Amino acid sequence: MKLNTLTLKDTLNKLQHKEISLSELYRDVDEAIADHNEKLNVYLTVNNEAVKEARKQQNKPLAGVPVAVKDNFCTKGMRTTAATNVLKDFIPPFDATVISRLKEAGGVVVGKTNMDAWAHGSSTETSDFGPTKNPRNPDYLPGGSSGGSAAAVAADMCIAAIGSETAGSIRQPASWCGVVGLKPTYGRVSRYGVAAMASSTDSPGAIGKTVEDCAILLNAIAGKDPYDATTSPQPVPDFTNGLKKGVKGLKIGVCYTEHPKLKGTDASRAVVAAAKTFERLGATVEPVSEIMDPSIAIGVYTIVQRSEVSSNLAGYNGIRYDYGRAFFGDEAKRRIMLGTFTLSKGYADKYYVTAQKVRSLYIENYQKLFGRYDLLIGPTSPGYAQKLGATKDNPMFGELEDMLLEPSSISGLPGISVPSHRDPKTNLYLGLNIVANYWQEVSMIAAAYAFEQEVKL
Amino acid sequence: MNYEPVIGMEIHVELATRSKMFCGCPSNHFAKVPNTQTCPVCLAMPGGLPVPNKKAIEWTIKLGLALGCEIPLFSKFDRKNYFYPDLPKGYQISQYDQPLAIHGKLGDVRIHRVHLEEDTGKLVHSNNMTLIDFNRSGVPLVEIVTEPDIRSGDQAKEFLKKLYQVVRYLGISDADMEKGSMRLEPNISVRPMGSKTLPKYKVEVKNINSFNFVKKAIEYEVKRHIDLLEQGRTPVQETRGWMEGNNETVSQRIKEEANDYRYFPEPDIPPMRWDSVFVNGIKAQLPELPEARNTRFMKEYALNAYDSGLLTDSRELADYFEECVKLKSVSPKKLANWIINKKVNIDDVLPATLVKSIVQASAVATISDTELENVIQRVIGENPKAVADYKKGKTQVLGFLIGMVMKQLKGKGNPESIKKTFQLYI
Repeated sequence: MKLNTLTLKDTLNKLQHKEISLSELYRDVDEAIADHNEKLNVYLTVNNEAVKEARKQQNKPLAGVPVAVKDNFCTKGMRTTAATNVLKDFIPPFDATVISRLKEAGGVVVGKTNMDAWAHGSSTETSDFGPTKNPRNPDYLPGGSSGGSAAAVAADMCIAAIGSETAGSIRQPASWCGVVGLKPTYGRVSRYGVAAMASSTDSPGAIGKTVEDCAILLNAIAGKDPYDATTSPQPVPDFTNGLKKGVKGLKIGVCYTEHPKLKGTDASRAVVAAAKTFERLGATVEPVSEIMDPSIAIGVYTIVQRSEVSSNLAGYNGIRYDYGRAFFGDEAKRRIMLGTFTLSKGYADKYYVTAQKVRSLYIENYQKLFGRYDLLIGPTSPGYAQKLGATKDNPMFGELEDMLLEPSSISGLPGISVPSHRDPKTNLYLGLNIVANYWQEVSMIAAAYAFEQEVKL
Repeated sequence: MNYEPVIGMEIHVELATRSKMFCGCPSNHFAKVPNTQTCPVCLAMPGGLPVPNKKAIEWTIKLGLALGCEIPLFSKFDRKNYFYPDLPKGYQISQYDQPLAIHGKLGDVRIHRVHLEEDTGKLVHSNNMTLIDFNRSGVPLVEIVTEPDIRSGDQAKEFLKKLYQVVRYLGISDADMEKGSMRLEPNISVRPMGSKTLPKYKVEVKNINSFNFVKKAIEYEVKRHIDLLEQGRTPVQETRGWMEGNNETVSQRIKEEANDYRYFPEPDIPPMRWDSVFVNGIKAQLPELPEARNTRFMKEYALNAYDSGLLTDSRELADYFEECVKLKSVSPKKLANWIINKKVNIDDVLPATLVKSIVQASAVATISDTELENVIQRVIGENPKAVADYKKGKTQVLGFLIGMVMKQLKGKGNPESIKKTFQLYI
């Protein structure tokens, strides 16, 4: 058995019991990287010192395991590009908080993964360094923007991965690549050192082979950070603690299955099947009717996100980092222009301010729903992975793909995507999205774990 | 026609907090090696995030309270988006519509608002090159905006002196204009006397580093505007710079319309809320302010307005004076005269030392001439050899003799008058 195919949980067990060595583990991971990276374009930078670093980490909880990291996380001394030519030679002098915590816990950055440039997208096709291909079927996109991290997990080119999500960027690629993606509550994990996309929504999180792996990784990176004023002082539980708690007695609301755009699709059917599974496991399940239409969230998210982007990218003016504004790709330019417009005098009230008001309505709507339900489930994405090239001439590609995740993302809620269905013809996957109320990741993880045990793909 | 100047002031004050506004770098940037006090946050590297400095917020509220402002129980930071090479983020974190303090008054000038923001880096131009020093980037900066209540250069100067005093009393900034820790920008326009509406234009003058230059710049501008108005022209809305050498202002930038800074709430910093207990706690820390102290000094120590004004000019001097008064050996009036006339260096002379020397000096005056003569005669009688030496021309023994006299007077007596009296007897 190739050790790179192990889950994080099993890797840690075997390392602890000395059934495997770090050298063997890294030999297999390196081999997978050597075999697939050229074809799949998963890593933009590979850490050649990884196994050496791992040996210094073996007495820590994560014992030196190789973790893939999305390339928008600053890594001290290791090139960090955010997949944009503007930062193509940038070597940060500091670690993002997630990275320093990962290292403290014993993780090793095995490489930096491809993504949509600046995380602007849902395909990893808008990377300035070429698209990543879906390891399940290389004719297809991996999703994005954390497409490289999801692909690294799916192709066993790492043991687990770090991604970041603004609206779907962890869960959607996880869904398309048939792996698990966990986006925590906004403010649960520090954004310090993560190239900012939409500051009010950006949430670093975990992508793993199993729900448990994501929980283990979240344990390492969560918690208040003195370098990020928007992180919460909420106590951090052990996210693996309630893993086997099950869903008995929980009330679960089923969302979007009857939405005109989804009715009759595989995505909708997979959710209905999941609902039945939860019912069988002892949960009360009912369709949610009072949920706000997710399509409105596209407008809200587009305006808020572009506005913040236009400001967040203003500093990349060519005075530093060597490469100036001419090096921005089309997507970044579009977003900067749109965001500049929606914040401009005379238009801000119509666009930015209105969008923020509707955002508050979504938050209120969710609070009402969580008064009634413990968890909400729905499809992660409206469908399977799309073919390479699908984003061409389709600037709203991501927004449509992430439509079902945007309402909860702009509300700052946590969510997890678990593989729910596999199309045997294409070997492509669908994901079940489970959303919980703020700070309720533990019960969300428990439900995801219970579901994962039942689904055989 | 008669005209009336309409002037408002914008004043920026760098706070002397230990660290910068949004990161842990030292905020004291004066004369430091360029770019040695920077970090990913104040350099705006990818993922750098601002974490607000609590002390700076408290100090701004303190200043607001000292200026008689209301402190709203909600405030927030906003992004002010504009391009300038020394602004590493491409925006400045400032406050837009909900500043920390509003609606105050200092003397006869109403305060519109007091808000907190961050300073920019500094451009250094040399050898056809422009370099950027980011040591100043992110230093806490308070902006005080007045209502257009000022009518003359003199009034502006008076107001600024008062503001400077308050800032110094609070100990929140050295307010050193030479170092740029206090920056003054008058907004000047002129309207026909009797008009109640604000003129349709205003001229902002920058680069002013003294109260006197503010006065001069205002006077220069007011005259220039009146000349233009007399010719039937309206002065252009613009930013002008004060040219110290030529005592004039020159046009720097024409403002055709207000800049669009695309303000929006800073998503990296949660909004701030407090209750009246918090605000009252800061209020309780306020020292006695210059005006109140001045009034009290006049009443409590029976000082005239001039002396009291001088003594309360700085908190340090006023404290020093009161330390001396507490020792109760010298009357406040006498202390005031002494401190003012002798220009006592309060950093070098301890209050107790000052009081002692005033007592001693005063004692000199109480030695009668006869007492002095008696002692001198006695010393002459007791030291015949020294007297003889002096008479032979050894003038340096006089010092010894004077010393003997002072010893017998137990330190009282003024060496000069002793010397004169001595010379009468030998």
